Amino acid sequence: MTTINRPVVERESVVVKFVGDSGDGMQFTGGLFSESAAVAGNDLATFPDFPSEIRAPQNTIPGVSGFQVHMGSAKIYTTGDLCDVIVAMNPASLRSNLKWAKVGSTLLVDTDAFDEKSIEKAGYSSNPLEDNSLAKYNLIKAPITTLTRECLKDLGVDQKIATRSKNMFALGMLYFIFNRPLKPSFKFFDTKFKKDPTIAKINKVVLEAGYNYADTIEAIESVIQVSPAKMTPGLYRNITGNVATAWGLLAAAEKAKRPLFLGSYPITPATEILMELAKHKSLGAKVFQAEDEIAGICSAIGASYAGSMACTTTSGPGLSLKSEAIGLAVMTELPLVIVDVQRGGPSTGLPTKSEQSDLMQALFGRNGECPVIVIAASSSDNCFHYAYMAAKLAMEHMTPCILLTDGYLGFGSALFRDPKMANMPPINPPIAKANDPDYRPYKRDPKTLVRQWAIPGTEGLRHRIGGLEKENITGAVSTDPLNHQTMVNLRAEKVARVANFIPDQEVDGPQKGDLLVVSWGGTFGGVHSAVKQTQMEGKKISHAHFHYINPLPKNTEQILKSFKKILVCELNAGQFVNYLRMTYPMPSFYQFNKVQGLPFMIHELTEKFNELLESK
Amino acid sequence: MEYINTTVERTTVQLQKEDFESDQMVKWCPGCGAHAILAAVERVFPKLGYKKENFCLVSGIGCSSRFPYYVNTYGIHGIHGRALAIATGVKVANPHLSVWVATGDGDSLAIGGNHFIHTIRRNVDINVLLFNNEIYGLTKGQYSPTTPMNTVTKTSPHGTIEHPFNIGELVMGAQGTFYARMPDNDLTLMTEAMFESAKHDGTSITEILQNCIIYADKAHFNVTGKETREENMCVIRDGQPILFGHNKEKGLRLKGTEIDVVELGKNGITIDDVLVHDRYNPDPWIHMMLAKLGPPHYPKVFGIIRSAMFPTYDDLVEEKIRLAQKDSPIKKMDHLLKSGETWEIK
Repeated sequence: MTTINRPVVERESVVVKFVGDSGDGMQFTGGLFSESAAVAGNDLATFPDFPSEIRAPQNTIPGVSGFQVHMGSAKIYTTGDLCDVIVAMNPASLRSNLKWAKVGSTLLVDTDAFDEKSIEKAGYSSNPLEDNSLAKYNLIKAPITTLTRECLKDLGVDQKIATRSKNMFALGMLYFIFNRPLKPSFKFFDTKFKKDPTIAKINKVVLEAGYNYADTIEAIESVIQVSPAKMTPGLYRNITGNVATAWGLLAAAEKAKRPLFLGSYPITPATEILMELAKHKSLGAKVFQAEDEIAGICSAIGASYAGSMACTTTSGPGLSLKSEAIGLAVMTELPLVIVDVQRGGPSTGLPTKSEQSDLMQALFGRNGECPVIVIAASSSDNCFHYAYMAAKLAMEHMTPCILLTDGYLGFGSALFRDPKMANMPPINPPIAKANDPDYRPYKRDPKTLVRQWAIPGTEGLRHRIGGLEKENITGAVSTDPLNHQTMVNLRAEKVARVANFIPDQEVDGPQKGDLLVVSWGGTFGGVHSAVKQTQMEGKKISHAHFHYINPLPKNTEQILKSFKKILVCELNAGQFVNYLRMTYPMPSFYQFNKVQGLPFMIHELTEKFNELLESK
Repeated sequence: MEYINTTVERTTVQLQKEDFESDQMVKWCPGCGAHAILAAVERVFPKLGYKKENFCLVSGIGCSSRFPYYVNTYGIHGIHGRALAIATGVKVANPHLSVWVATGDGDSLAIGGNHFIHTIRRNVDINVLLFNNEIYGLTKGQYSPTTPMNTVTKTSPHGTIEHPFNIGELVMGAQGTFYARMPDNDLTLMTEAMFESAKHDGTSITEILQNCIIYADKAHFNVTGKETREENMCVIRDGQPILFGHNKEKGLRLKGTEIDVVELGKNGITIDDVLVHDRYNPDPWIHMMLAKLGPPHYPKVFGIIRSAMFPTYDDLVEEKIRLAQKDSPIKKMDHLLKSGETWEIK
């Protein structure tokens, strides 16, 4: 490797996006680039941006696939709004992503892909590389396809395979631009293509050729240095929200000493949880891919009755299908974790885009008085913690718990410091003892109102439960009006008392004042960054980000009362704000909503904050 | 392939009918066929020799689905159509339980049709008692997926215009491994089928032609009625020639790819010409033909029509886990948390 003979520019954080046709390997390239940033000690967050079609027509806008990496020497909270570098492998990907490019950002393009037909297919009337329309950017034009083929000539590689390796050439160029070593990727190729050393060799040759080529071109005037971030010591990995969710569930099952059962049906963007858990049979996980969403949750209810830590994973439309069965789990008071990786709705909506519009469905979308615990994760890595907590609360309180994540968290990744099982909080499900003469199906712990879990096969505890209303304590079928009222109250109060077992809500910034920004779930990164930025400008603004939604933390009302204005920001038409309004009626609520399948941009938020701060 | 054959723990004491009687009042209509099915279950359960805590009864919604409340075992009364999905969860979670489902023609074939075919296809070891009364009872008299064509019901005042399911055909079409058909007015036959169903590894479907005295009285009368049963009911047993009629003078013969009715002693027909039942035949072809037969040209076939041996889903789950636990270095969560691409920050 040559030494860098150019000026080095130090940057605190950089957003890089790889875009190309669906078959161009952008996810793989982006993944490798993220690993290189992680190995260099940066904090990072990533997000894949791909269409729901597997292979849309080649070189068209619907066929564009992208992968965004936000890396930095300081804590990274979001996957980044606008990009500093965009690598575009064809005209369609350039055209559809140019709106995300900062003015002055670097655009690296494969000029070979800009033939007349592809330019036209992308919807350009003239070649954007020639018509001066990209003058605001630092355009690096490289004949990537040709150069890739050339560097593989001596290896006698098939033309098709050679062309397919062009993504590695582009990656090599980026490694030069960011002053990254090639070695970690070489090692990765050796492991990944162990069975096919030729493929490993091709990738290495092309990657190195791209690196060396970048060194020779004048368009790259300087290289960018992103220094290591200060991070808590420990073992780290890059993890997606969906994998973290799966691991959190596995960890909870092991801690509770209850076998894990997942009954689920594939649905974007939740499928990866099912796929991940299916890998871990060695940990005893039983994963049942059901014939539909309803069978997914019903099998989980059966498994829960039989003593498993049962869960089902889905997205919005699937949660709709599961509604009746959630009611059964509420009525039978069985533990059950329901993970909803939210996507754009209603109906099929925007399957690969993110939204927070299932909140009301999670809270209220069932027949009858049917309360469940609802909690939400706020980053790809803390999906682990909240999945663990969802399972802990469900088992210890004998009730379904809905965990809300979303497409951004699920598909996106962040750095995850591996925890030790010994440090995870204990989980003690209320399992009934064999031959307990006092056992009754609906007898409750007077403090928590939780009934016992009597597991089939246990001597002396035979009993029947079901969807019909049951008599308090005995569990006999009952249509008595007053008993029904009692049971409705008990089920509600049992969930309400979970508030005694969750942490108090925290406020970032002054504990009272003029403006409190409220957010929940997957928007933490953006809202936090926007609040920090506004605070840095010397303005008095505070932030409360909620993870526990039903029940709300006990100090919620106290916090809300301490501010003149409360601005609730969420990616829906105002679901959390209306939930707060009905729970704590007060005139101080304002709302900021966006329903575009996209996250908040930091400037959108700060503009809204300033507007409220300035108005009387 | 070698696979685990999970067993249900056995009891050391002789259980009695009383061990399974629940304290709940049985609320079926007087004269309902379900009473006889309950009596058969209370006879069979003590005979099986399993510990009484190892039975789990699951049901959906409908008259049949009140069943779990009336038997003293572990039980779940679920939601409409989903009993088999719930039961799959119970059995996969704990394969050492003897899992039974009580369901009706509406519950399992209309709203629960999807779970019915998929449970059968997977061959989960569940014993299904399918109460087929050809009507919706609990909602008071609407037609079901097994109601015969042109039947007048509350929702078909001018006669139904839907082709009914033949349950046996559906079971075998879904690659079922066990199918029995029994009348609700023969306790001995029902008891025998339930016992064999419990012994069978895999999803066993026992269709019981049950009489709904209120909304579809005598729906099965042309077959199971006293006057008609000898001509129209043909009870088959494994290894025996298939005979019926007042004096067992008629038989079923396989002729080419079809079945026809023959009379012994006529046209040179002897007992050797009559089809011998092989319920264990892995090929469902003849079982399917037998299940489809019925009046007016044929008798309706009763008995254990099919019980073929195939691995069960729940056994294969255990086998995959056992192999994974043997081969994988990841034995506990801490191993997983240290696996894969990681790096240390000091």
